[in-house]
Amino acid sequence: MQAWRIDVLAKQGQLDPIGDAAQRTLTAAGLHGVTDVRSRRGYLLSAELSEQQVEGFARAVLCDPVIEEFVMHAPDTAVHNAPEVHTLTIVPKPGVTDPVAHSVQKSLADMFLPVVAVGTYQTYDVHGDVASEQLLAIAKKDLANDIVQQILVDALPAGLPSESPMPDLSVHQVPLKGLDEDALIALSKDGGLALDGHEMKTIQAHFEMQQRAPTRLELETLAQTWSEHCKHKTLTGTVSFDGRTIDNLMKSTIAHVTHTLDRDFCVSVFVDNAGIIKFDDVDSVCIKVETHNRPSAIEPFGGAGTGVGGVIRDVIGTGLGARPIANSDVFCFAPPDLKAEDLPRGCLHPLTVMKGVVSGVRDYGNPMGIPTVNGSVHFDDNFVGNPLVYVGSVGILPTARGLKKANPGDIIVALGGRTGRDGIHGATFSSLELNTKSESLSGGAVQIGDPITERKAMDAVLACADEDLFSAITDCGAGGFSSAVGEMAEGLGAIVTLEACPLKYAGLTPWEIWISEAQERMVLAVPPEKLDRVLAVCEAEASEAFVLGRFTNDNRLIVKHNDDVHCDMDLAFMHDGLPSRLLVASYKAPELSEPNLPAESDHKQALLDVMADFGVCSKEWIIRQYDHEVQAASAGKPLCGIHEDGPADAAVLAPKLGSMRGVVLSNGLNPRYSKIDPAAMAECALDEAMRNSVAAGGDPDYTVILDNYCWGNTRDPQCLGELVRATEAMCDLAMTYRTPFVSGKDSLHNEFRATLDDGGTKTIRIPGCILVTAMSVIPDVRRTMTSDFKRAGSKIVLVGTTKDELGGSVYYKSKGELGKNAPRVLKDSALATLNGVHRAIQAGCVLSAHDLSEGGVAAAATEMSIGGRLGADVQLASLIVEGNLDATKRMFSESQSRFLLEIPPDRLDDLKANLHEVPFAVIGEVRSDEQLAFTNNNEAIANLTIAEAEYAWKHPLDLDGTLTAEAKR
Amino acid sequence: MSNPKALILRAPGINCERETHHAFERAGGTSEYLHIKKLLEQPELLDQFQILAVPGGFSYGDDISSGRVLAQEMKAQLGERILNFVDRGGLVLGICNGFQVLVRLGLLPCTKGTLEEEVTLTHNLSNHYECRWVTVQTQKSRCSFLPEGLTLRWPAAHGEGRLVATSPEAQQTLVDEGFAAVVYVDKDGNATEQYPANPNGAPLGMAGLTNHNGRVLGVMPHPDRSYLPIHMPNWRRTQLDNGELPLDGDGMVVFREMVKTAKAEG
Repeated sequence: MQAWRIDVLAKQGQLDPIGDAAQRTLTAAGLHGVTDVRSRRGYLLSAELSEQQVEGFARAVLCDPVIEEFVMHAPDTAVHNAPEVHTLTIVPKPGVTDPVAHSVQKSLADMFLPVVAVGTYQTYDVHGDVASEQLLAIAKKDLANDIVQQILVDALPAGLPSESPMPDLSVHQVPLKGLDEDALIALSKDGGLALDGHEMKTIQAHFEMQQRAPTRLELETLAQTWSEHCKHKTLTGTVSFDGRTIDNLMKSTIAHVTHTLDRDFCVSVFVDNAGIIKFDDVDSVCIKVETHNRPSAIEPFGGAGTGVGGVIRDVIGTGLGARPIANSDVFCFAPPDLKAEDLPRGCLHPLTVMKGVVSGVRDYGNPMGIPTVNGSVHFDDNFVGNPLVYVGSVGILPTARGLKKANPGDIIVALGGRTGRDGIHGATFSSLELNTKSESLSGGAVQIGDPITERKAMDAVLACADEDLFSAITDCGAGGFSSAVGEMAEGLGAIVTLEACPLKYAGLTPWEIWISEAQERMVLAVPPEKLDRVLAVCEAEASEAFVLGRFTNDNRLIVKHNDDVHCDMDLAFMHDGLPSRLLVASYKAPELSEPNLPAESDHKQALLDVMADFGVCSKEWIIRQYDHEVQAASAGKPLCGIHEDGPADAAVLAPKLGSMRGVVLSNGLNPRYSKIDPAAMAECALDEAMRNSVAAGGDPDYTVILDNYCWGNTRDPQCLGELVRATEAMCDLAMTYRTPFVSGKDSLHNEFRATLDDGGTKTIRIPGCILVTAMSVIPDVRRTMTSDFKRAGSKIVLVGTTKDELGGSVYYKSKGELGKNAPRVLKDSALATLNGVHRAIQAGCVLSAHDLSEGGVAAAATEMSIGGRLGADVQLASLIVEGNLDATKRMFSESQSRFLLEIPPDRLDDLKANLHEVPFAVIGEVRSDEQLAFTNNNEAIANLTIAEAEYAWKHPLDLDGTLTAEAKR
Repeated sequence: MSNPKALILRAPGINCERETHHAFERAGGTSEYLHIKKLLEQPELLDQFQILAVPGGFSYGDDISSGRVLAQEMKAQLGERILNFVDRGGLVLGICNGFQVLVRLGLLPCTKGTLEEEVTLTHNLSNHYECRWVTVQTQKSRCSFLPEGLTLRWPAAHGEGRLVATSPEAQQTLVDEGFAAVVYVDKDGNATEQYPANPNGAPLGMAGLTNHNGRVLGVMPHPDRSYLPIHMPNWRRTQLDNGELPLDGDGMVVFREMVKTAKAEG
């Protein structure tokens, strides 16, 4: 379709930060000879508009009259480059969400102009002697992603995409009769259904009984509903584990803890989108954590962004509508300094992944107006093909709106974004292994988000909720309408009519509409008498809503397009027909040993190396790109201390403006321990999440937890055995802590099959990870803590016992070793420690508190010094230890259940009284200068300045070069 | 008179409306939300209020450029009406995205009293969004309600906050003639262009503007996220040093003074 082209660029003499940033990126990626880069924003407006209309519109809306000017090109005119200038133009591919184009259309309407087709693009004029092939190659890697964008060098977009051809709306039968298992498996594979042979045979038998073939839409519906992503076939399967039979792993472990504890603050657990617990007499808080690993591996920006959007929708759709108050994000990447030659084919470089993921989270969470307050980042080589992107969200809702129930006769209303072909087969894709070719094969499963559409949907849902206009709600996530309506219709029945569904563009077949995973859509069950009001509220909130169908009482799922019936299935079969999996698990501990390291010769350098580890180092570059202040609830921020650059253990929120009642949000994860013992990994994750919470002022007796698994191929018995072992250890500890699990999720098959140069393949499996997220409710945020040292002369107290537990530690890692002695958690003393420290903080005898984790006491003390810009004397001989530990092990052991506390000298007796029997020792003093001194008996072990430590800690992820510029001064 | 009424404008992507609402109520005002769709249907509703607040956020995703689409939507029916509202004694506050909208509408700095885009708020020199606490100082300015000489800490959270006028001379005029009501200052209290004290690189450190008659204020950093004592980054130290928390956070002065002025004049 022909179009006007409008290029908007900075006026002569104006700065161009976008162009400058592109120049830095290109140069950093190794493109030589670039002398200047200038940016242009491009717009395509359909040729239907007159020249006068286009010019008036560009002047009024597209161009900033103060600093920009624009150039118009008539439809179908060629543009010639100046010599020595290459143009690099990035255009969203047809069908990829382009929110800006929608806003341009809105402005056309606001100016009473015809609302014509619109496109956008971004152009860079690259000056200098540059080879265009190299420019294209680098742009593909570092400025754009050709999964979702078209990248043009020295060419401009020809016009707008032409109209799609009419779709095939007919009902397609998929004959299964007579197919053997191999043929069924082939059919599943070719169709991207991710169903195994047994499942396909179950479907075959079901339809044989009906004496008909399934339709394509029915088969797709079953594939979505039965996907690992939706049904958690592994965690709910029966596991034979080294001679023991575990029936429904999930129910007998995680759910068992919650149901046995039966804590009175739990309102709704495991049944809804998110777990709900009481906040105060009126309101509850809910929490959900998800993963969005596979989309983020292929298109980090879109994958992470839509991950955030998805978990926010989960919260909005919890109970009868919750308002999101905070987001939390945890990532696992391969080291960002990975050498290019070590990058397996088909993987994006971890630095590219990290930058894309961070900007994806930023560009979704910030526009939604939800503060991103908590998170962590972990690094290991084995995340190279499968980066992990955990996204979490917390919401608040009146407790009276905690439960939902759709009724027969309720109208199914969908609202929010339009439906497109995007994200088809996301649910099934996430159940498959990634490989070198996934990038090109699975592109359809990757999407770009549109946060403002979600914000409008959220505003509409919450306005409807305040008027009590619906009886149930859910979000459209994996499987799209098929899963959302299918789940809500369970026990009822539903008739769906697809033809009214607003589409992003023409050309979708009924089954595509039904399973599309287009973002930003919610589904409501609305009593018929309230329908008009719901539609009016959505209209007032500028969120598009339509009637998708109604709930019935015959337990059948009927899906029609116009008068054609594309699905008429028994819901009982859909939900309960999936055969339970029988899985084999076995665990054999790896054969490891403690390293035989020479005595540490330079403890100062060792400490600086630990501080500079990617896992330990400052994440300020990431944190500052997230809005952590919106909603004005942050009473404990992600960065603390006098220069607001010290690390916080947890986020503290006071979500009801004017009230001091609060929520403490924290997490724990350490993938490296998993390589030694998955049980250690799981225990430490839980204990760390609890320690982080308690250090910030959380109440261990009013805390709930979430488990989020990312694991390898669980069809491998050892891999599943590791998962079972980890789960049992974690549940055992949770039972002792009396912390119920309220929600959780699993992402399995996180393996990457890399093609090697010799044509062979190598499978890279992630270390099994459980992220534990903890949320505590507290009565008064004024009794919370930060980790920065506050006063010279304070005593530094180490709570807990230090052991020879450096297996998986950062210190060993810095020496290239793994070790064997991973830290374990002694559950009874661990609980006593959490409770004791909590009592001490509440009693007011603690000035600052910090959890000890990666890097041990040395890293923790250093971080507290950086936060407070006050040095410390640390006497390593004063540590309470078990066994014979040298100074090195005392500094860097990662034993659990330990805290560093800053105590005024006159409050040590108070501390002792509150810690009860928990062992603690005064190990040093806060100094008035900026010197850090570690001594052992009278021997100086390490002396350094805070500035030295700060530089080491800040420079590894100082991607703008601004953090260490300050530290150097 | 009764409590001054503050209209808290809502629009797709505006997301700081709750804190702005609460801050005005805490200052003794009566806050009321109004969605832009409703205000466009009934623009005369504006006349029932003494204060108009355009909160922060990402109106329409900040597509095209920050605040542009909302400003365009408001221009035809609300531009002149807000100008009249101001001339008749109304007060207007734009925070962050709200400031960007007021600038695009020509309500700020509005040196001549006509709706003209005289300045812009554009991409930070870092070319990305950034959330950090900054120190600002209120200037001797035309602003009718903001006391001068206050040094305050507010959080900035924006990607397009660099305030630029058509020329360096025009920028200097904004300072010289009392339009630059709020500036970023360094640790010595001097207006600064240096990162990170100035998070976006705005010339002359300009962080906020008022209009010709001092009744409109736009600021990039957020008084609406710093009005409670527990909002302040180091409130625990303050509590420790003083034995208790102060009544207000540093942003509260804006809301108190606006409500006080509206009340005194009403």
